[in-house]
Amino acid sequence: MPVTVQTPVEKWNGAVREVTLGATKADGGTRGRTVTVGGSATLPFLHFEGAIPNRPVIAIQVQDIDPLDWSPTLRSAWGDVTKDVLKWAAKAVDLGADIIALNLRSAHPDSGNRGPEEIAETVKSVLGAVDLPLIIYGPGVPEKDNEVLVRAAEVAAGERVAIGLCEQNNYRTIVAACLANGHVAIARAPIDVNIQKQINILMSDMGLPLDRILMDPTTGALGYGLEYSFSVMERLRLSALQGDGMTQMPTICTIGDEAWRAKEAKVSQGVPEVWGDFAKRGVVWETITATTLLNAGADILVLRHPQAVENVRKAIDQLIA
Amino acid sequence: MALSGLEIYKLLPKTNCKECGQPTCLAFAMKLAAKGAELSACPHVSEESKAALESAGAPPIRLVAIGSGDQKFEVGNETVMYRHEKTFYHQPGILVRVKDTQAADAVVVTVQQVQNYSVERVGINITLNGIAVENASGNAQTFAKCVELVRSKTDMPLVLMSQDPAAMEAALAAAGDSQPLIYSATAENWEAMAGLAKKFKAPLAVYAADGLGGLANLTDQITKAGVADLVLDPSAANVNSTLASLVQVRRHALRKNFRPLGYPVITFPSRLASTTEEETVIAAQHIARYSGVVVLDNFDPTLIYPLLTLRQNIYTDPQKPIQVKPDIYTFGDPGDKSPLLITTNFSLTYFTVAGEIEASGIPTWLLIADSEGMSVLTAWAAGKFDAEKIAKTVKTSGIADKIGHRKLVLPGFVAGMSGEVEEELPGWKIAVGPREAVDISPYLKGVWSPD
Ligand code: B12
Ligand code: SF4
Repeated sequence: MPVTVQTPVEKWNGAVREVTLGATKADGGTRGRTVTVGGSATLPFLHFEGAIPNRPVIAIQVQDIDPLDWSPTLRSAWGDVTKDVLKWAAKAVDLGADIIALNLRSAHPDSGNRGPEEIAETVKSVLGAVDLPLIIYGPGVPEKDNEVLVRAAEVAAGERVAIGLCEQNNYRTIVAACLANGHVAIARAPIDVNIQKQINILMSDMGLPLDRILMDPTTGALGYGLEYSFSVMERLRLSALQGDGMTQMPTICTIGDEAWRAKEAKVSQGVPEVWGDFAKRGVVWETITATTLLNAGADILVLRHPQAVENVRKAIDQLIA
Repeated sequence: MALSGLEIYKLLPKTNCKECGQPTCLAFAMKLAAKGAELSACPHVSEESKAALESAGAPPIRLVAIGSGDQKFEVGNETVMYRHEKTFYHQPGILVRVKDTQAADAVVVTVQQVQNYSVERVGINITLNGIAVENASGNAQTFAKCVELVRSKTDMPLVLMSQDPAAMEAALAAAGDSQPLIYSATAENWEAMAGLAKKFKAPLAVYAADGLGGLANLTDQITKAGVADLVLDPSAANVNSTLASLVQVRRHALRKNFRPLGYPVITFPSRLASTTEEETVIAAQHIARYSGVVVLDNFDPTLIYPLLTLRQNIYTDPQKPIQVKPDIYTFGDPGDKSPLLITTNFSLTYFTVAGEIEASGIPTWLLIADSEGMSVLTAWAAGKFDAEKIAKTVKTSGIADKIGHRKLVLPGFVAGMSGEVEEELPGWKIAVGPREAVDISPYLKGVWSPD
């Protein structure tokens, strides 16, 4: 008698929430299009089990100051445009970015220490130069983040940009700015399900609607903590599917930041020969970090290298097909 | 899934003859359920009950060994869907394929590259696992000759790829008793292939063109024919349906204890790819999603290294980071004026720092604190690498007797606690080193001085 095999489908009570970035004219903004992420009612790419209404998207990272410390592989791939954030953003659009992730690095005390007014000009001009939805990151120093992101949120009012990062002990100012100006806030926790839930709750307690929160559970790069990120993202997704509303936000991963910090991506001299070709290594590092976390549930991948963007887009095409 | 004492009892003779050393069959059943006795102690149990009990006690995913000798690897016997639930135990073998239509030199070059490839990460040497030889020529003798050539160059495990039982038999003979994986049995050839698997005591990979139902029927027939060590090829037409198959096979085995799919899995990422880079990306997804044997078409160190790194990451025990022993480590032959650095016992941290100190060529002392396997910032945030811990490590290590100066270099990321460490360690000067390990060499050469 032949054995019969039924598709082993698991029943879930919840789904990832949908979050939309960007606002077109109809919604009071000036973006050419919007991007909606999340919505999955199953584990990543298990089409046989539940709906996956939106594909994961790629944000290309640009900076408002030439990143002289970036790997030579990245600098040569982008060429001169890194000197001018508007040209850089335009090129990112040409490369097929879904979102532009603008890093306000120039506000960092170590690299220019620009103040809120200068930053406001930058944000305005980027909004004018490209019509994709934006993510805006502060310099990563709490006091400066609060100062410049509040101004950035004001000049981008109505554009529904995503603003980060909100952390457990510094979220109020940014959440308030998002509330006042119609934006989405990014909640980061250090690879920890409970802290992630906690910050999500704190932010929604301030009145920020749940469809205006993205979660960033912290990315560890390949060889540098990737397994921790992979597992925490799996746990968050399982919890979302099991119906825990405070873990149902779509997930954003800062892949480029982490992968390009790895020695493999940065150092060409004095490393083992078995590491292979330096010119390709960083791109592979970024690609594999990204595709691994894609399979753990990433909804937005923030990338740096044009080739990695292409590789990851191809992987998404194959997984969503 | 283990049976309960009562379930086992139903399968025993129920005569209470006591020959097993227990007063009753029920008592014996309870002992068996608690793994305190062996079934063989009962001389009267029927063959049917024996088979039922053995298969009920077997792991839901069979452990299968591929190859023989030192380099053989084992796959299967996994117990969880998600690594955070416990851990993944048997990391996938990663192999590179050659074809019997290639020139002999080309085959030898690949075999040697695969054999010699070894890279150290966090103190562990990671390597590839073997060679797959494909009968692309369709000719039995050509296949056997190629296998013989490969065998003469390496003892690594092999996968022999042909659908033709005659060619497979010739190749198995050429492979000696090295227990290569036979790839593959199909609906057309399974009886002959099962015969070969028995004759050569080799594991057998099974492929069905019609999906998991077909696959389960095949394995059911093959096991009835007496072959137990099977590997499944659940690959489908594209990347996402293959992912679905990989997940479904694992669920059938673990969630439903469904024997016909309770085997490790083999995948061939290149079949789903059009470039080598794409093959790597797909291979990475198979490593993270349950593949037990990954066969690559291309050897390129730039692409192999990230895959081996990923495999190490995914198969690390989530409860227990890879650690080094807290101790005093020396580089070169440090003397009483040599620099003294401190860091944590997370392997990744230690080996990153050690590599840079070595590269500097400066004889150095490195003190490792017991931070329970956490990186510098993680340990600091968790209170496992605070001023008190650092002071205690310095005091109990005996380092003070080995050096003339009293200067300790902290990792740059924890600069903020240098004042506190100074308070905890009267008489010591606390210096702050660079944040990133790559800057340690210039620091030791240009900045550090004992006073
Ligand atoms: C992976 C990870 C974890 C893993 C643990 C990994 C491990 N075994 O340590 C997990 C998920 C368990 C974890 C847990 C936590 N984490 Co954590 N984690 C990370 C992550 C992503 C990577 C850490 C890592 O492996 N780095 C690689 C190693 C090699 O780096 P390293 O040890 O610092 O070494 C480098 C340098 O310090 C230098 N160096 C090292 N030694 C020396 C010595 C000298 C003399 C010199 C000169 C230089 C030097 O060389 C190395 C290379 O440059 C970081 C964020 C990030 N991307 O860095 C957060 C991070 C370290 N974690 C953080 C936190 C807060 C936590 C938690 C406290 C959160 C919580 N749950 O409450 C817990 C603490 C653990 C606990 N309570 O059990 C914070 C720390 C914040 C801060 N600035 O203090 C970070 C920075 C994330 C963040 N931005 O919030 N974490
Ligand atoms: S030997 Fe077998 S039949 Fe006899 S008591 Fe023990 S279990 Fe029962």
